[in-house]
Amino acid sequence: MSSTIAPAPQKLRTRKKITAGSVAKNVSALLIAAVFIFPVYWMFSSSLKPQHEIMTKDPVFFFEPTFENYTTATGVDLFWTYVRNSLTVTVCAVLLALLIALAASFALARIRFKGRKGILLVVMMAQMAPWEVMVIAMYMISRDNDMLNSIPMLTAIYFVMVLPFTIWTLRGFIAAVPVELEEAAQIDGCTRGQAFRKVIFPLLAPGLMSTSIFGFITAWNEFAMILMLNKERESQTLTVWLTQFQTAFGNDWGATMAASTLFALPVLIVFIFVQRKAVGGMTAGAVKG
Amino acid sequence: MTVDSQGTANAAPQDAPGRAAGKSQTPPPAPSGSKEVLQPSRGRRSLPSGLLPYLLVAPALLSMAVLLLYPLIRNVILSFQELNRKEFITRETVWTGFDNYTELLGDSEFWTVVVRSVVFTAVNVFLIMVIGAGIGLLLDRLGKKMRLLLSLALVFAWAMPIVASVTVFRWLFDEQFGVVNWLMRTLGFSGYEQHNWFETGFSTLVICLILLVWGSVPFVALNMYAGLTTIGTELYEAAKMDGASGWRTFWAVVFPNLKPFFMITTFLEIIWIFKAFTQVYAMNLGGPDRASETLPVFAYIEGVGQFHYGVAAAISVLTILMLVALMSFYFRLILKQEDEL
Repeated sequence: MSSTIAPAPQKLRTRKKITAGSVAKNVSALLIAAVFIFPVYWMFSSSLKPQHEIMTKDPVFFFEPTFENYTTATGVDLFWTYVRNSLTVTVCAVLLALLIALAASFALARIRFKGRKGILLVVMMAQMAPWEVMVIAMYMISRDNDMLNSIPMLTAIYFVMVLPFTIWTLRGFIAAVPVELEEAAQIDGCTRGQAFRKVIFPLLAPGLMSTSIFGFITAWNEFAMILMLNKERESQTLTVWLTQFQTAFGNDWGATMAASTLFALPVLIVFIFVQRKAVGGMTAGAVKG
Repeated sequence: MTVDSQGTANAAPQDAPGRAAGKSQTPPPAPSGSKEVLQPSRGRRSLPSGLLPYLLVAPALLSMAVLLLYPLIRNVILSFQELNRKEFITRETVWTGFDNYTELLGDSEFWTVVVRSVVFTAVNVFLIMVIGAGIGLLLDRLGKKMRLLLSLALVFAWAMPIVASVTVFRWLFDEQFGVVNWLMRTLGFSGYEQHNWFETGFSTLVICLILLVWGSVPFVALNMYAGLTTIGTELYEAAKMDGASGWRTFWAVVFPNLKPFFMITTFLEIIWIFKAFTQVYAMNLGGPDRASETLPVFAYIEGVGQFHYGVAAAISVLTILMLVALMSFYFRLILKQEDEL
């Protein structure tokens, strides 16, 4: 429909001959792309540079890559403890949030009940909770309950951090599954639970996937809470490790950049996959056809 | 948000730390309200249907009450207590009424930080919106390959975890071997032999600003571009035929069509930047000499660094109140959009 008609005017546009305007456009696009990619590129490239190529007044752009910085970074005391803590905290928080959110968002998307609007409003507000400014109170609560330096406590906090967002998005995904499918299953003799498990759940898989990735990124990135609550090194995560790395290593920027790369890589990879959804969603409702 | 990078502005506000927050996502459009099921109790179900929804939402509400609502209340309670080093260690509860607040409100340092935070946020959000909208418009006018290249670069900046990007920026602006000093020298500026960018609070905040703009622009630009694709080409054609200039076309065609997007995104960015903690704290720990502290960092350092937990709680409460005021505007905008709610 609209997509079959669309190419025509575009072709006209691209056939235009090269004008000063189009050169300016493309050159500025290149410059902007360079500015935005540069810090990421510089992190990668610095992480692969041998020590003597880093400590130079004029930066070296061509060099023989080496992995020695990565050996230094991963050789740090307790590195694997931080990795394990980070993974435990994020994965458990996200899974728990998915489970609890699935139940809640099913009710919110599919059942009309008293107080539903109010709950939706609460979820929406909870999404904007200013966690960064709540660290003092959270610290006192944890201290009173002997939960400082505790991985379960941190997991619980991260779980509530990602929960509202998870409910909100999953509710959208569930609402998008036609009710008729569920009804058909029930007519065929499924109970409501079975209809959910066998019909809605498989259709939700992509939604669950991207929702959990966004939750994962939030929890993986979290810094203020862990900085405040878990001061013992054994209970810290990669975020704290990374911010303290450079101080601990004097000015070993090569190793610091290797550490940053290791920390950023999982997020960069998964984000490339889901970002289309992050952007596309806004217009999804407006596409005609 | 980082993830904090972050939904599209229209339906999924998210709290991804900073721009990580930037990462949220809007669910596919829900079918209209008429499709809501009125579920007659069909077949054998052990639960009375009236109770089922409440049981399903109970765990979620309960956990939010314990780990979100209670800490907020506790925060307010703490702000009415005297909680310095002595009380902190002996675990005494000393009530002081509004002392923490009067002390703060009469303290010029507090007002310096407030003004600093407000100006910092305003400049940040202005730059983010202008640059983001500009790049969004550029994306719309580019050829296919160039557009892909530019969006890819933007996505990389968007996806960078905040803590990693702070570390990288510290390296870019390093005193001895930083590439920025080299760039300044190459461009012919003098005085950048070993320029220490973290020497003053102002210069530290400028670097935080560059970092925040760099990290937040992709969210605005890509969503702006997505929004632009929804405006029919006919409108542009019509404007062109009427002889409208590019500037005029923007204000007469693009802006009115995307007004909700601009409003919502602006408020989201204000909220995110105002409460940005990681970027400012990890950059230089609020230093030098506490001169780069914004409100969230100020609260943290008053508490942990100075052992004034009561005062810190009062700062948090005041910061949260300011955020709530901002959010009430934001929610009003969102609710207008979400008629389906």
